[in-house]
Amino acid sequence: MDKDIVISFENFGFQYKAQAKPTLYDINLQIRKGEKVLIAGPSGCGKSTLAHCINGLIPASYPGTVTGKLTIGGKNALELGLFGLSQLVGTVLQDSDGQFIGLTVAEDIAFALENDCVPTAQMRRRVEEVAKLVDVERVLQHAPHEISGGQKQRVSLAGVMVNQVDVLLFDEPLANLDPATGKQAITLIDEIQKQTGCAVVIIEHRLEDVLYRRIDRTVVMGEGRILYDGDPDTLLCGGLLQESGIREPLYVTALKYAGVALTPDMHPAFLPELWLSPDQKRQVADWFAAQPAPQAAEEAPILLRAENIDFTYAAGHHALKGVTANIRRGEMVSIVGTNGAGKSTFSKVVCGFETGQAGVLELNGVDLNTYSIKERADHIGYVMQNPNQMISKVQIFDEVALGLRNRGVPEQEIRERVEETLKICGLYPFRNWPVSALSYGQKKRVTIAAILVLRPEIILLDEPTAGQDFKHYTEIMDFLASLNRQGVTVVLITHDMHLMLEYTPRAVVFHDGRVIADKSAAQVLNDPETVAAAHLKETSLYHLSQLCGIEEPEEFTRRFIARDREVRS
Amino acid sequence: MINLFNYIERKSPIHRLTGASKLLCLVLWSLAAMTSFYTPLLAVLTVGAVLLFRLSRIRIKDISFMLGATMVFMVLNNVLIFLFSPQHGVSIYGTRTVLFTIAGPYVVTAEQLFYHLNVILKYLCTIPIVLLFVSTTNPSEFAASLNRIGISYRISYAVALALRYIPDIQREYHDISLAQQARGMEMSKKASLIRRLKSVSGILIPLVLSSMERIDTISNAMELRGFGKGRKRTWYQGRKFSKGDILAIAVCVALMAVSLGLTIWNGNRFYNPFIA
Amino acid sequence: MKKFSIKTIVAIGIGAALFFVLGRFVAIPSPVPNTNISIQYGVLAFVSAVYGPIAGMLVGLIGHTLIDFSYGWGVWWSWVIASGVFGLIMGLGTHAWKLEEGELGRKGLIKFNVVQVLGHIVCWGLVAPVLDILIYKEPIEKLFAQGLLSSVANAVTTAIVGSLLCVAYAATKPKTGSLDKE
Repeated sequence: MDKDIVISFENFGFQYKAQAKPTLYDINLQIRKGEKVLIAGPSGCGKSTLAHCINGLIPASYPGTVTGKLTIGGKNALELGLFGLSQLVGTVLQDSDGQFIGLTVAEDIAFALENDCVPTAQMRRRVEEVAKLVDVERVLQHAPHEISGGQKQRVSLAGVMVNQVDVLLFDEPLANLDPATGKQAITLIDEIQKQTGCAVVIIEHRLEDVLYRRIDRTVVMGEGRILYDGDPDTLLCGGLLQESGIREPLYVTALKYAGVALTPDMHPAFLPELWLSPDQKRQVADWFAAQPAPQAAEEAPILLRAENIDFTYAAGHHALKGVTANIRRGEMVSIVGTNGAGKSTFSKVVCGFETGQAGVLELNGVDLNTYSIKERADHIGYVMQNPNQMISKVQIFDEVALGLRNRGVPEQEIRERVEETLKICGLYPFRNWPVSALSYGQKKRVTIAAILVLRPEIILLDEPTAGQDFKHYTEIMDFLASLNRQGVTVVLITHDMHLMLEYTPRAVVFHDGRVIADKSAAQVLNDPETVAAAHLKETSLYHLSQLCGIEEPEEFTRRFIARDREVRS
Repeated sequence: MINLFNYIERKSPIHRLTGASKLLCLVLWSLAAMTSFYTPLLAVLTVGAVLLFRLSRIRIKDISFMLGATMVFMVLNNVLIFLFSPQHGVSIYGTRTVLFTIAGPYVVTAEQLFYHLNVILKYLCTIPIVLLFVSTTNPSEFAASLNRIGISYRISYAVALALRYIPDIQREYHDISLAQQARGMEMSKKASLIRRLKSVSGILIPLVLSSMERIDTISNAMELRGFGKGRKRTWYQGRKFSKGDILAIAVCVALMAVSLGLTIWNGNRFYNPFIA
Repeated sequence: MKKFSIKTIVAIGIGAALFFVLGRFVAIPSPVPNTNISIQYGVLAFVSAVYGPIAGMLVGLIGHTLIDFSYGWGVWWSWVIASGVFGLIMGLGTHAWKLEEGELGRKGLIKFNVVQVLGHIVCWGLVAPVLDILIYKEPIEKLFAQGLLSSVANAVTTAIVGSLLCVAYAATKPKTGSLDKE
């Protein structure tokens, strides 16, 4: 057998103990030393199960039946067991808060060494070395909540690299990062791979963001099988991604709309090397000219007026420094910016969770300071990121009715309003189910319904689509857009560039406690200065339009989005 | 980090001791104080505790909040003892020396006052030691110290995990609570007690259930990095015992021995000045 | 001693953190002036009921010790031990209510509450006072009055908070039987 092969699946299959059907079928996959492989697929396709097989959590933590053979580092994975595999495979989990086990950065990096009984002095040296490699040596004594999300992920990486593993496995590394940090993460993974020569396996459904650096091979999974295993260029030329519910890079979709016939030798998988002939460039420009310009919406009256808001936390952190941002009736707006830029503080001040700010804060011309938290909620609804943090009742009906019951509304009226809201949210058929029987997306709807039932004029959602694949993202966002069409003003706090481009005509950009931009999402993402300051990422459409000599990248973006929405609906 | 336990970083002989020896000393000292009612010993322990406190360079104002809470607690407890059993000292010491009468059964005796003195001394000789342990030991050293004094590393690590996740859970509680208040949850005194408890369950259910989900993630993360594979493990924060550590432990072992010795020699735990 | 699973270790840590946060930072005023309701015992009862006696005991011991540490009023060992014993007692009943299987039902809930009331009486009416007598020679009358008050308050809290948690948790466990849309 080839010595360079570190991971080898042969006719491999797996069925969880509690499930009626296998989750993986006939997996045949070889990964070599020094290779960088992306495994993509929608939720439930089996990609996480595959990852659990590689790191040994299957069958150690998730029992079930294994068929076929899995060899890692030349040895049978089942015989190596979880602990044997942990010397060969380092796993960086999606939830970097859950993976951060130590009280400080240094202790967390040392965790694996502690378990190997490495003497303290030697351990300290090794921690220092690895910390330097991932650039966290200056925060070694910090606690997890004192460092950023990107740093946490670096600590996770350092924590598995102390073992000098042969394989680095990343489970959705981009899910919790802002766009610029995501870009840095991909760069770092690339550099570490080059330095150490280990094999890198990235599980991720955000194809475009991973392709920011070159990938050797892409594996596409669907319903427990491998649908594609080959170079990413060829993959992007075909239609497999769309069929299997994975979002193509936007520039690839744009090229396809323009009728450009993609071939692998054009290198579509790596934007800096994308090659287009003059004819093809003209094709794109012609397509752009032929697309109708989307109409700007009329300006509605101001619903929420926030002028010169200044806010300092009791502990002394000056979080908002003269923020002015108005929300108009019937709008759908996104609020973007890095963690700590002030967007969460702003929403907390608006909802009355934090008080004592200076400046004007009015809803329909009424000073919001005259309302209590509870009264404000009758006008402004707040939906937390994780639905599990909001749901406190067993039955869906009771959960949605909770706010009304707390307000002493008569039971007859409660029934009518809850049923009406459940119908709007598409949950009426499930009204007598327990919440726990629902999917994540449906739970999200329940939490939104529980807020809508109070009939607020504005709903404010924190990262509504975090961690969702393309299908579920579309489901949640289309639902919010339909609410918006019914007259609800929607404000979204988000890291997701696609979301702001596709669903919110306007974006308010926060940076360091200030609003640094308040304009159309397309304008924001085509403005390199704002993009850099707010840790966003330029849309690839910007680069494509430049490549094709189109001088209005914003308009190009706007027309593309309008066209894309038509095609998808 | 959020300084839950009021750890104060300074340079002092007490700070230099390892967490493990300080923990052991805390246990021995508390045991010595708990088992004995021998007043002179308690007085010596109290003076010793105060002197050690001086040695640690922790200032009273650093811990004024904690000290205040403790004093209130101590006074309250003494008042309760007197209210419930004004003749408790008499039954312990076997004599009755009436000083003056307040009203009804509330007759103040020298024996009762002496008993209160003992109770107060018992507080005073342990409180500074606990404060000392807490404010001179880095919480990162807690788990390593427990393991060092013989508790299995698995249970020791459970303590480390508790310390790790307290700030996260605290923040989560706060966030969930605000969202529930917006939905109209009532927790103030306006609502009845049962209603308040039901309201708080509205926070606890999401908080506890999402914490339970987190258990899986954390245990996976720990296993993936080899936790639990050996019979032993080392600690990044582990330190070797120095001479000072040995000395501190020796002194505390001696104190414990004295306390036991006095009880045996005296025939009971009490020092009784009333029977000459 | 039987080796704990890593999941149990984590549950002890998280349970103790919950116990600490609720006991230290969440103040629900009680009808008696200047005293607060200890809702952490509702959570302790629940965590013990799910993870068993040893885990329950350790959650009580660790959580309570950390609370005492953070107040700095000395570690009140008698009450710390009583908290541990309460966790232990609740954990012993783990098999009586099938929380993990999601089959709690009315019967399970009644059993849970009977055990928790008995547990509180044993801990605050017996364990804590006896230890206080041994350590501090405090008067019996005072200790039992305190113990009675704590038993009642904690039993009421656990009856509401603990039961609601159990019901909510049991509902998250997959059950046999199908759900139909209406």
